[in-house]
Amino acid sequence: MASRAIARTKRKEQSEYYFDYSLLFIVLFLLGFGLVMIYSTSSYEAYQDYKDSAHYLKTQLLASILGLIAMIVVANIPYHFWEKFAVLGYVVSFGLIFLVKTPLGIKSHGATRWFRIPGIGLSVQPAEIVKLCMILFLACLVCKLGKNVRTWKGIIIMALFAVPHAVMIKVVTQNLSSAIIVVGIAALMVFVADPHYKKYIVVGGIGCAAVAALVFWIVTSDTAAGLSFRFTRINTWLHPETDPTDTGFQTLQALYAIGSGGIWGKGLGQSMQKLGFIPEAQNDMIFSIICEELGLFGAVAIILMFLMLLWRLMIIANNAPDLFGSMLVVGVIGHIAIQVILNIAVVTNSIPNTGISLPFISYGGSSVMFLLIEMGLVLSVAKRIQLKEV
Amino acid sequence: MLTNNNRIAHRKKITVVTLLFALVLVGLFGRLVYLMVWRADYYAGKAVELHERERSIKAARGRILDRNGVVIADNRTVCTVSVIHNQIEDPETVVQVLCRELGLSKEFVTARVEKYSSIERIKSNVDKETGDRIREYDLAGVKVDEDYKRYYPFGELASKVLGFTGADNQGIIGLEVIYEEYLKGKAGNILTVTDAKGIEVEEAGERRQEPVKGKDLVLSLDMNIQSYATQLAVQAMKTKEADGVSILAMNPQTGEMLAMVNVPEFDLNDPYTLPEGTAYQTQEEYQNLLNAMWRNGCINDTYEPGSTFKIITAAAGLEAGVVTPQSTFSCPGYIVVDDRRIHCSKRTGHGAQDFIHGTMNSCNPVFITVGLRLGVDQYYEYFEKFGLKKKTGIDLPGEAGTIMHKKENMGNVELATVSFGQSFQITPIQLLTTAASIVNGGRRVTPHFGVEVLDSDGDAAQVLSYPMEEGIVSEETSETLRGILEMVVSDGTGKNGKVEGFRIGGKTATSQTLPRGSGRYIASFIGFAPADDPQVIALAIINNPKGVYYGGQVAAPIVRQLYENILPYLGIAKENAEETDADTP
Repeated sequence: MASRAIARTKRKEQSEYYFDYSLLFIVLFLLGFGLVMIYSTSSYEAYQDYKDSAHYLKTQLLASILGLIAMIVVANIPYHFWEKFAVLGYVVSFGLIFLVKTPLGIKSHGATRWFRIPGIGLSVQPAEIVKLCMILFLACLVCKLGKNVRTWKGIIIMALFAVPHAVMIKVVTQNLSSAIIVVGIAALMVFVADPHYKKYIVVGGIGCAAVAALVFWIVTSDTAAGLSFRFTRINTWLHPETDPTDTGFQTLQALYAIGSGGIWGKGLGQSMQKLGFIPEAQNDMIFSIICEELGLFGAVAIILMFLMLLWRLMIIANNAPDLFGSMLVVGVIGHIAIQVILNIAVVTNSIPNTGISLPFISYGGSSVMFLLIEMGLVLSVAKRIQLKEV
Repeated sequence: MLTNNNRIAHRKKITVVTLLFALVLVGLFGRLVYLMVWRADYYAGKAVELHERERSIKAARGRILDRNGVVIADNRTVCTVSVIHNQIEDPETVVQVLCRELGLSKEFVTARVEKYSSIERIKSNVDKETGDRIREYDLAGVKVDEDYKRYYPFGELASKVLGFTGADNQGIIGLEVIYEEYLKGKAGNILTVTDAKGIEVEEAGERRQEPVKGKDLVLSLDMNIQSYATQLAVQAMKTKEADGVSILAMNPQTGEMLAMVNVPEFDLNDPYTLPEGTAYQTQEEYQNLLNAMWRNGCINDTYEPGSTFKIITAAAGLEAGVVTPQSTFSCPGYIVVDDRRIHCSKRTGHGAQDFIHGTMNSCNPVFITVGLRLGVDQYYEYFEKFGLKKKTGIDLPGEAGTIMHKKENMGNVELATVSFGQSFQITPIQLLTTAASIVNGGRRVTPHFGVEVLDSDGDAAQVLSYPMEEGIVSEETSETLRGILEMVVSDGTGKNGKVEGFRIGGKTATSQTLPRGSGRYIASFIGFAPADDPQVIALAIINNPKGVYYGGQVAAPIVRQLYENILPYLGIAKENAEETDADTP
């Protein structure tokens, strides 16, 4: 075909390796946009707390630069190189979770989720490392299991490897959302590795039914006193205005922000809700400020960017030269997609409030660094895509 | 490494997964559309509520003007000084300046400056000059807001009528309470946008909702008459060492009050200060003393009217036809009713006299006879017809009702005492209004002060109207009675109320207060002028005078002096002026 012929000549002129510039562009766009929004949301509080309106921006910029360097390095290393570190990473990341309980741990908001790397002064969330290592480890595991992954035994093995980390993240760092993400990534990788559908549909259906039943039970039970913290959280989700002190307050404030944005938004920098009404708006609630300042159109633009990102990742996963590469990208898809969906769902009060950051945009050094390393892995996989027809 | 089958399976699943994620994102997009389009107004409104702090701007209270447009209740600009905790940069200077300028204790100011609240009031009703001085320091976090304080240029005049306002400029007693709705206006707001800590966001600016000024109230009160009446009352109180003196003046044709004096009055600009030397122990005692000081005796208290009430008995008798001016009576100095002997004020008796002279002499047996001729049923009927059982409906708060025998408990003895004004109680305003209604041709008027309400341009926004009941007595009866009452003044007990050149009608009263035999009297005189077409009716009541206590001697001269001044002032022409001149040698 003519077009194919043109494409071939083009490819010959360029490198014989594939490089996904679209993906790189999307990532850079999200990063840049994130930095703008972090400055916009955090400058007021940053000035009050640190007398430096760019305080958060600077930290995030540094983390982004470090992350970009790491991404470039990782992108240029053939991804099979990391295969031999999979087990090591799996074990070490498990160990790192406990580091927060040592004097290196940083306590904030009643939970210890970070530890400081001595000397550099950067604080790192072990949960982010776990996500990366889990993707790597599970990708290897899928390859090792081969056809066994189709059996219940294989699935259970995969699950057994993922669960300890998730449980420890929840128990040690009090971070339910990261635990959910780790489990979600594992579930997604298992689902993709196994060509069957039926059992997943059944399990998924049962799961949905169970959640629905639980919610129904909580809604209909009138004794709120006996309900545990998690259930209170669900009650708060259904009636945020009844709990104006804590989580409900945050959710309600986010809704105020989103609602006041309207279709066109108030304009960049014009948010009122960031003036302390939404505490630390640059973190998990940043999407609500995007809605307030840039309106429905800004919000849709961001959602579209994430959709494009997922689409690029899908293309790479589908064309990956081998199962390992494909599974690595699937893990990354799971990681990003789950976080984006949960974040927007929380901000719009579509699900109960749980602290999940918006990839590439929310403030958080370790999150953005490890996400960029994952992007490096994806780019590395993309590079191995054989351009010539096999 | 990978079988083709597997590859295709993976690809399919990856695509399925991605599509699923995309679907969920589209669902969330739908949720966003719902929140940002359909619910936008709701949440935006809630957010604005949250962001705006309001400071209210007091509305200027409507002024009160007398019938000549003289301002008798005005507003003075004063300042309210507040602090906003979060905006204070230099607390020490703030405390220091506020203590010095406002004369407050350091602990008081410090406590307020350190209190964590959105806005804390330090002091209100601060002089404008002091407020301006504080503003000039330009201290961060100190707010000086201007507002209004009520000011009464005449101080004590008509204090119990006008009343005064409280700290928030709302009426406490008197006309200020009754006309609150018109006078108060509508407070405005300054809405400032603040962050979560309450700090103003400067770029956002302020949104002002302008206050609406209260409407001005025009009274029928005439400050010249009020002022002169007050002088007379003060003088009488001093010379007669009385407990109190009240003077009321009204237009009997309309019910418009021209003056209402209750001495001792109090200073409207300083209503919470008791007269010097008043001792009290408890807060409750203090409050009771204040309430007593503010009390308007003409409205809030009842008394036995005594002989002035004979006007009513006469009207009822003439109207019913049981007596004519020419009817003759004989007074041996007493009258026996059932088993009771009731004395006349003149123990030796007035002898034979017609009704006119009976009235001129204020003879008790004559009026008892008239009362008995009417009988309980008929007397009671007239009592009610004249409006004595109802309140007058004057536009002042707390009007007291009439204390009267129940009809079924009324025997001849009770009827006899009521006939000459004893054994029941009415308010002075009730007596004045009833007498006015009888002499004005039988129209029961509603006594009132409020005449009209002006809008901000000074145009009449609303003319106040009051009910008037026609025909409580016939024009004939009214005319006859006016003639008789003129005789009382020209040649009877009320001759001290005579004013050279004017036709005055009137009636005196001297009533002993309960319990009898206490030696305490109330001397009163009710007089109207001109006698043939009354334009003004006045009532003077001296409570517990020392020495001579007869109404004819004590109260009538007060009304005379009042009339000597106000009749020419009101433009009432002298009768037969030339004749009088010619007669004078």
